[in-house]
Amino acid sequence: MELLLILLIGVLYATGIYLILRRSMVKLLLGIMLLGNGTNMLIFLLGNITKGKPPIISDGLKVFQDIYADPIPQALILTAIVISFGLTSFAIVLLKRVYALINTDDLDNLNTPEDEDI
Amino acid sequence: MKSTILQTASRYLLPILLLFSFFLLLRGHYFPGGGFVGGLVASIAFVLHSFAHGTNETMKILRYKPLSLIPIGLGISAFSMFMPAIFGLPVMTGLWLEHPIPVIGMIGTALLFDIGIYLVVIGVVLTILFTISLSSD
Amino acid sequence: MLFTVLLGLITSSLIVPFGRFVKTKWGIILAFIPLLLFLYYLQYIPLISWDKSYVQHIDWIPSLGVNFDLRLDGLSLLFSLLITGIGTCIFFYAKSYLKNDPYIDRFFGYLCLFMSAMLGLVLSDNIFLLFTFWELTSISSFFLIGFNNDHAVSRKSALTALSVTGLGGFFLLAGLVLMGNIAQTYSISELAEKAQLIQDHELFPYILGLVILGAMTKSAQFPFHFWLPGAMKAPTPVSAYLHSATMVKAGIYLLARFFPILGSNPAWTYSLMIIGGITMLYGAFHSLFRTDMKGVLAYSTISALGILVFLLGIGTEDAIIAVAVFIVVHALYKATLFLITGIIDHATHTRDLSVLQGLRKVLLPVAIAGFLAALSSAGVPLTLGFIGKDLIYEATLHSEQHVAIYLTVAAVITNILLVSAGFMAGIKPFMGTLPEKFEKINMPAKSLWIPPLILALLGVLFGCFPHIIGDWIAQPTVNSIMKVKTDFHLQIWHGFNLVLLLSALTIILGTILYFINKPNPRKLQWIERLNFIAPLTIFQKAYQRIYNFSTSYSNYFHNGYLRSYLLKIIIFAEVLLAYQLYLGGPLHINWDLLSAISVYEVVTVLIVFGAVALTLSTASRLTAVVATSVIGYGICLLFVFYSAPDLAMTQFTIDTLTVVLFVLVLFKLPPFLNLAKKRILIRDVVVAIVFGMILSMVAIRVLHVPTHIAISEFYGKNAYLLAKGRNVVNVLLVDFRGFDTMFEIIVLSIAALGVYSLLKLRLKSSEKE
Repeated sequence: MELLLILLIGVLYATGIYLILRRSMVKLLLGIMLLGNGTNMLIFLLGNITKGKPPIISDGLKVFQDIYADPIPQALILTAIVISFGLTSFAIVLLKRVYALINTDDLDNLNTPEDEDI
Repeated sequence: MKSTILQTASRYLLPILLLFSFFLLLRGHYFPGGGFVGGLVASIAFVLHSFAHGTNETMKILRYKPLSLIPIGLGISAFSMFMPAIFGLPVMTGLWLEHPIPVIGMIGTALLFDIGIYLVVIGVVLTILFTISLSSD
Repeated sequence: MLFTVLLGLITSSLIVPFGRFVKTKWGIILAFIPLLLFLYYLQYIPLISWDKSYVQHIDWIPSLGVNFDLRLDGLSLLFSLLITGIGTCIFFYAKSYLKNDPYIDRFFGYLCLFMSAMLGLVLSDNIFLLFTFWELTSISSFFLIGFNNDHAVSRKSALTALSVTGLGGFFLLAGLVLMGNIAQTYSISELAEKAQLIQDHELFPYILGLVILGAMTKSAQFPFHFWLPGAMKAPTPVSAYLHSATMVKAGIYLLARFFPILGSNPAWTYSLMIIGGITMLYGAFHSLFRTDMKGVLAYSTISALGILVFLLGIGTEDAIIAVAVFIVVHALYKATLFLITGIIDHATHTRDLSVLQGLRKVLLPVAIAGFLAALSSAGVPLTLGFIGKDLIYEATLHSEQHVAIYLTVAAVITNILLVSAGFMAGIKPFMGTLPEKFEKINMPAKSLWIPPLILALLGVLFGCFPHIIGDWIAQPTVNSIMKVKTDFHLQIWHGFNLVLLLSALTIILGTILYFINKPNPRKLQWIERLNFIAPLTIFQKAYQRIYNFSTSYSNYFHNGYLRSYLLKIIIFAEVLLAYQLYLGGPLHINWDLLSAISVYEVVTVLIVFGAVALTLSTASRLTAVVATSVIGYGICLLFVFYSAPDLAMTQFTIDTLTVVLFVLVLFKLPPFLNLAKKRILIRDVVVAIVFGMILSMVAIRVLHVPTHIAISEFYGKNAYLLAKGRNVVNVLLVDFRGFDTMFEIIVLSIAALGVYSLLKLRLKSSEKE
């Protein structure tokens, strides 16, 4: 199963990289989101994935009696997911403003001719 | 997006989802859930309502700007962080009431902290979404 | 002592709010600051004479050995008196000289800063403090040279001066730190006690070289001299103060200060003699060809600095006495000559020596000052210059036998040339008939001509009564440089001897040279033909090369296209990662460690792959966004399978909200255009696939590295016991790692505020339209 996840990570990264190399700002944004997902999966995989054993101590017990999924990657990813929402929303609004200004989402149109010798 | 079915449904869904989000928040320390998920579910409840009835209607239900939830939430979280300092303990020490309260369970600074997160998340999500939807009208 | 350093710094910062005050006639009050300090230091003369020093210790960063230690000994006193004494004249003079300049407040701010920096430099007893003030003098000099910042030449000269002296500062710092590390102390007086330890260390040649390089750049020694003629673009009071009397002597001060530590060995002696010798001959020779008064003075200053370095190199007692006296001699006559240059420049609007003549008829007191200064620079008897020149010859004649003759010849030639240069600047403009166009010149304000006259008269006064300088100033100076008590008395008359003969010869030949060598633009052109090998040209060419290289370098990498930046970064990362993978040896998969595959997992992953394909292929934005969210939901399912219910819930809600966001904003946008060329598409596809493959391989490798589970186990064990929670992920977020979460919600709030202000901003600006 891990191999399947590794394949998934590779595909997510490859797609993300391909998308951020496009000229369209929307694609750039989608690419960043995919890279984020790929990274989350990578971190998740590092914590020795476990089936059906969430890191929750059963009622009546004070410590785990059984093996359990590693909680640290989960906490990290949870933080990452929420933060990435902040990033995405800010980027989307930026995109909206840029679109209102230049009426296209082509990144190349953002370039202004640079002054010589500043 | 004015659909009668959606409007009727969202009218009932809003309190149910809010209740559910509160449930997620309170039991977060023992079962899956917590401030982040609770806050997100609550925001979805409001977003759904705004889809059905329009953002202005939802704002009326909220009464206050969602932006004001952010400082309140940050304040609660910060307060729970520094409360132990009042008792001469290091900042962020967990403080708990001795006896569990029915339904909710144990009450402590961690829960207070989670409530702060819950409010901040609602404030952030609704601020972002409502600002966008109001500005595109 | 501390207040003397702070006074100027405080004044210069007060100029910001009270600048307007400086522009009124009351601004002259500023000139009383150096006067006050001068009087303060005068009272130390009788106290310090007998090899006694005053120390003030203030802790700064004691743990690092950096302390604000000030120490006043003979050498410091000599320089403090020069800085404040000449400073007083300059302050009075500058107030009139720049009367109508709109930025005179700024000027005095820089000048006060400079004065403080210079005082701090000569009083420091800690090498870091010394270095700090050393750099501060470079910086204030930069501002003063570039004071006329609307002239491109001024700006360029200022930058050249700063880069040369700044470079020297780096060398100096390196040398000082090496020295401090060897001796395990950063106090200069303690370093002097460990001189033998430093000189025996294997790094000593490097230390010596670095310190000398620092001094060479500051004191304009060949081949770093070229910034000094450029620095003459500064207003004339600045040239008089910084670039002849004080700042350029900081290098001399440095060498004198470190003489007890680094001196008295062949490496020191020969390198300084050679550097100083070349510089003094080079500068004196070049001064012959200049027609600009300031140009003549600049090159003769370089030459005089060369003489001082040369004497420090000789390093005998005679030589050090000559150094102490010649510093005073040069400061007095060179400041005078600069100041009269400023007056002439103001009055006639030219500094061209081939035009200026006969000005004595309209500027008599100025002419007297110039005349006396020129005599002192020539070393005519009854001026201090005479004493100075005698001491120089004395030092060269009494140096080591086999080099004495060469040193003496070099010194005599230099002095002959300098006699001519001094006459050229001090006498030439006033002799001859007055041209008609200069007849209407009025006498300048008193505060302009009195300071140079005082300085010139002092040169004569000290020349008639040399023991004033000898006993009170030179002796303590020599004592503190040599670290032994010396007893000498300066006299006007030594009897008929070889020194007197040489002195007479110098004056006669110099005077003849003055009459033969008429200032002439053609000679200037002749010498300028050699410019292609001048250090300045080499410096400028190197500068241009570096500039061109960095321009083309940044134009290549910073071309303004985001994807081009990204591509470079990604390819670089790929190379690094691939190299690291290659180092780790072949990959192998331990099938036993892997868990079993079930159908629903395969189906989920396949759905995600399908969504990825759709995202890539669709031309509709909305479809792409929905497909991306399907990817998110697929990952959410995977979280469910692999025991992460919290993650699954969060991912699900966030994904939903993201789609809503996208739909709110994007449904108005047009569909994707296919903008890329086929070649670029293929390139990007290759780069992307390679990256994906490398990442997968990294993941495989990581999978077989045993993870550290100690931290996870700690959290698992203590979640309930310490934090009373059963959901370990939540306990982590709100308890164990609560600080992180606090900052996370702060970041989220900032993002929300950012969105809010971005959109509100837009609404307002559209309202205006």
